[in-house]
Amino acid sequence: MSQQNEIGLELKGLSKVLGGRVIIDNLDLQVKKGEMVSLLGPSGCGKTTTLRMIAGFLIPDNGTVTLAGKDVTTIGPEKRPSAMVFQNYALWPHMTVFKNVAYPLKVRKVNKAEIEKRVHDVLGVVNLMHHKDSRPAQISGGEQQRVALARALVQEPDILLLDEPLSNLDAKLRVKVREDIRDLQRRLGITTVIVTHDQDEALSISDRIAVMKEGKIEQFSTPEDIYNKPATEYVANFIGSLNRYEGSYSNGQISTGSDVVGVRPEDVTFDSKNSAGAVEATVSLVVPRGHFHEVYLKAQ
Amino acid sequence: MANEVQPLNLHTKSWSVKIILAIFSILMLILVVGPLVWLAVHAFATEWKFPSYKPTGLTLEWFRKVFEVQALKEAMKSSFIISPIVVLVSAVICLPAAYASARYNYWGRRTFLIMMFSANAFPKIGLFATIATLYYFLNLMGTIVGVIIVQVLGTIIYMTWIPAAAFASVPKNLEEAARDAGASKFRVFRTITLRMAMPGILVAMVMSFIYAFDEAQGTFLVGAPNIYTMPTAMYAIVETYPIQVTAVFSILLTIPSVLLIGLARKHIIGGQLAEGFQIK
Ligand SMILES: Nc1ncnc2c1ncn2[C@@H]1O[C@H](COP(=O)(O)OP(=O)(O)OP(=O)(O)O)[C@@H](O)[C@H]1O
Ligand SMILES: [Mg+2]
Repeated sequence: MSQQNEIGLELKGLSKVLGGRVIIDNLDLQVKKGEMVSLLGPSGCGKTTTLRMIAGFLIPDNGTVTLAGKDVTTIGPEKRPSAMVFQNYALWPHMTVFKNVAYPLKVRKVNKAEIEKRVHDVLGVVNLMHHKDSRPAQISGGEQQRVALARALVQEPDILLLDEPLSNLDAKLRVKVREDIRDLQRRLGITTVIVTHDQDEALSISDRIAVMKEGKIEQFSTPEDIYNKPATEYVANFIGSLNRYEGSYSNGQISTGSDVVGVRPEDVTFDSKNSAGAVEATVSLVVPRGHFHEVYLKAQ
Repeated sequence: MANEVQPLNLHTKSWSVKIILAIFSILMLILVVGPLVWLAVHAFATEWKFPSYKPTGLTLEWFRKVFEVQALKEAMKSSFIISPIVVLVSAVICLPAAYASARYNYWGRRTFLIMMFSANAFPKIGLFATIATLYYFLNLMGTIVGVIIVQVLGTIIYMTWIPAAAFASVPKNLEEAARDAGASKFRVFRTITLRMAMPGILVAMVMSFIYAFDEAQGTFLVGAPNIYTMPTAMYAIVETYPIQVTAVFSILLTIPSVLLIGLARKHIIGGQLAEGFQIK
């Protein structure tokens, strides 16, 4: 499987100053062909800026963008092999769903019969055939999101870029649509970068996650690694909750020291206060969370 | 005793409000429509003098007369040639400026629009008089070009303000989405930006047309005695012909504006263009 190691997208030494501030700072990222990678980070850390440099809406001050083996650093978005789904969908209100999806093909001078066929196919994929003559204002947020996705997919892009595509959907729909996206992405084997600040989303649909902090990538690894072996305290804190101890860890015990030890809540067990390594605590709050309870403890 | 819920006496209240509204509506109607009715009756009346409450008879004679007099025919022709040209010239000059200003930053746009506005804030007659002196120098007095320029000046405010707002209201990411879909900058402008700003541009064009069609001061000062448009011909008519001819001419002068506003209403306000603007 040579595809496994082919590079779909590569960012090298990417930097960008906006409004006199360094927004992206010497950022490197390598995404394999057919891989789905999340850019995860708090608001304002530069996720959208990074995505916009990949799509071609922003030219980096430094560094290179390589898509499908081609250096595209300075060429316009219309000439890049990428397609983007915008955070607020950016559907054209004066066109029907069909026309929205057909637009990229019309621009590429695809003949009418083929446009018809490809648009119908992709609308079938996102389950929207019945809305092909509706206007964006007449369909729901989730449906608009799927139109935006269809408009990107119809271009058969090498790279699919998604900027928080699910943030406007309600919780239930969000889970369904993200699974749909993941399923499609796998089936079509499209190299995908998805921006999110939702850790659940990142953990559940990515092959790898790039955790960002202030314009840099703090850690880039599989969801398992990011969760179980966070490289820094920042990453550990950003994903999941954490019990923080100052001390050193050895043989299952925390003793006084200058390091920081993090313990995931689910790894905490209850035991008698005399057992080795135990920390004495009282229960301060119990929050029922459906299939589990969150128990807050206060160390003595 | 159970608490009786006292219903709000909305009924009477709404009736009194309704009556007041009705009175105002009727007053407005009399104010707006009254003169028009008076005009219309005159246009078809053989004669209608003060003490009499109705005209002596009805006739189409005055319409025939208007279309018979060479000078009036000329004036009508000039009007229908000059006004569309003015709209087009104004659009060609102003729309790029409006687009550019919409893409400026906030302060750049403000400054530009306020400049355009203040140019229109002076009393026009002063401006026209100055222009007239310039025209003598440039040999533009009494020429069609001269009249067109004078009328274009007055339309600039409509052709910059309204389209600038329309362009500025096109969300930037709709343009970006089109670039991303593979469209060149020009194609994005044509198929997205211009298309979405079209309702505003059409409104600006309608208003400019109405302005140009109705413009008399500058046109008279610069065009007479070589060029008369319908409103400037009116000066002569009032002096020379019976009042009925003036009435007919006024009605003819009103028709294009009414038609255009009707069209604009149908296609811009009620049409799908408006619907397209309901972005969430
Ligand atoms: N054109 C610009 N001029 C000046 N500053 C900008 C510009 N665009 C973005 N920034 C700044 O760059 C920083 C990163 O912005 P960016 O949109 O990439 O964040 P983000 O990670 O996508 O955040 P969010 O999760 O809120 O979308 C922000 O602090 C923002 O204010
Ligand atoms: Mg963002």
